[in-house]
Amino acid sequence: MDNPSGPGTENKTPPPAGNPPVASSSTSAPAVAVPPPKPPATAGAIKKPKQDKPPEDDLGIWRISRRNFFSLAGWAAFFVFLATSTIGTLRMMFPRILYEPPSAFKAGFPQDYIVGEVSEKYKDDYRVWIIREADGFYALSAICTHLGCTPRWLEAENKFKCPCHGSGFRRSGINFEGPAPRPLERLKIALADDGQILIDRNIKFLFENGDWVKPEAYLKYS
Amino acid sequence: MLKIREKLQQTEVWKSIFRHNYQDTNRNRALQIVDNVFLHLHPVRIPRHATNIGYTWGMGGITFLLFIVLTVTGVILMFYYRPAAEYAYEDMKYLMNDVAFGPLIRNMHRWSAHAMVITVMLHMFRVFLTGSYKAPRQFNWVVGVLLLVLTLLLSFTGYLLPWDQLAIWAVTVGTNMARATPFLGHQGPFGPQLGMRIDNDVRFVLLGGTQVGPPTLLRFYVGHCIFLPLIASIFMAVHFWRIRKDGGISGPVSNDRE
Repeated sequence: MDNPSGPGTENKTPPPAGNPPVASSSTSAPAVAVPPPKPPATAGAIKKPKQDKPPEDDLGIWRISRRNFFSLAGWAAFFVFLATSTIGTLRMMFPRILYEPPSAFKAGFPQDYIVGEVSEKYKDDYRVWIIREADGFYALSAICTHLGCTPRWLEAENKFKCPCHGSGFRRSGINFEGPAPRPLERLKIALADDGQILIDRNIKFLFENGDWVKPEAYLKYS
Repeated sequence: MLKIREKLQQTEVWKSIFRHNYQDTNRNRALQIVDNVFLHLHPVRIPRHATNIGYTWGMGGITFLLFIVLTVTGVILMFYYRPAAEYAYEDMKYLMNDVAFGPLIRNMHRWSAHAMVITVMLHMFRVFLTGSYKAPRQFNWVVGVLLLVLTLLLSFTGYLLPWDQLAIWAVTVGTNMARATPFLGHQGPFGPQLGMRIDNDVRFVLLGGTQVGPPTLLRFYVGHCIFLPLIASIFMAVHFWRIRKDGGISGPVSNDRE
């Protein structure tokens, strides 16, 4: 720091630290009071003013003062409210009660079925075919494995045929034509305590997993 | 007579509606657009090339017109259509057979919906061919893609509302794809690992059940009439605003340099 008053003026008292030197010489002659600011030695030395940057140690809103505390609490309450409202609305979109047919149902007594018949009795309500063979029963899910339409049982052609995209399945459920990638699913079939056939649509047996040989996939009865 | 008119034109009400007298100056013509809430979406000045329909095909504007037609006819249809499984199909038949001008309104809605999907595609095709997706318009391309998705969702949700066999099975097939959603579908990648079942995954939320049923009809109805048009309107406002912010309607390169 140059003393702007120059060597000509003898000022015994040094300027107090931190004060600009102009302050000490402000009482001296006005001709030497304020020199023009010197151009910087190199252009690269110019530093941008830090006006739009907060000081390094300023925490901004996160500085806990009394005023900031209420500001923070207000924002926190707002976001908590927003989050709980969102979660509550999303939860509301999941119905608790479904007005849909139950997954397990009783399908009458075994002697009601004729050997060799593909029963469509429970197709409308439960989307299930019950097939009676000479030595037992199996239940096929009437949901096409292509895109989920309901196929139709064509007695004359001895096959299930889907009206949506033409997938065909044998009486056993094996797919043989159309875009369906895998056989129809078989469902759990058993005898209930009262002697009726009990079918649980939640328990599925997939041919490609080798499930069809499992005991619950086929009800032995003769 | 002239005096009455003159007096009328000096009332506060008149001046707040018609804010300028009609002197045919450039300034007045601009102000008429700028100061009118219904016209302010339109730019004050358009470049000469923008009047060449061969370049833009006017597809964005036609799409917007169709959206307005769909909104108006859709609201009219809402007076007769009840989104409940017992009534929906009957109401559709009622509209088509016994309501005065019912077939006209419903067919306007249906054909405009089909046409809108086509014009949106053609609009996108034109924007692609003319390279109008390039900077500085890349953001608007993204908005446009969102609008395309919203248009398809509007079309899909509206498809269910007649509640006939075609509608039910088309939506059954369409929503079965949601089973395979990654993370959120019970048959999708990582879905079962995250605990997704048929009665808690994303398809369950869409359908309001495990199969297409009465809750699905109601959900699709609300989505079709309220939720999706609202979102689409917001994105449309952004879409139109961005056109002007990005330098006006796209034109041939030689004209852009002027």
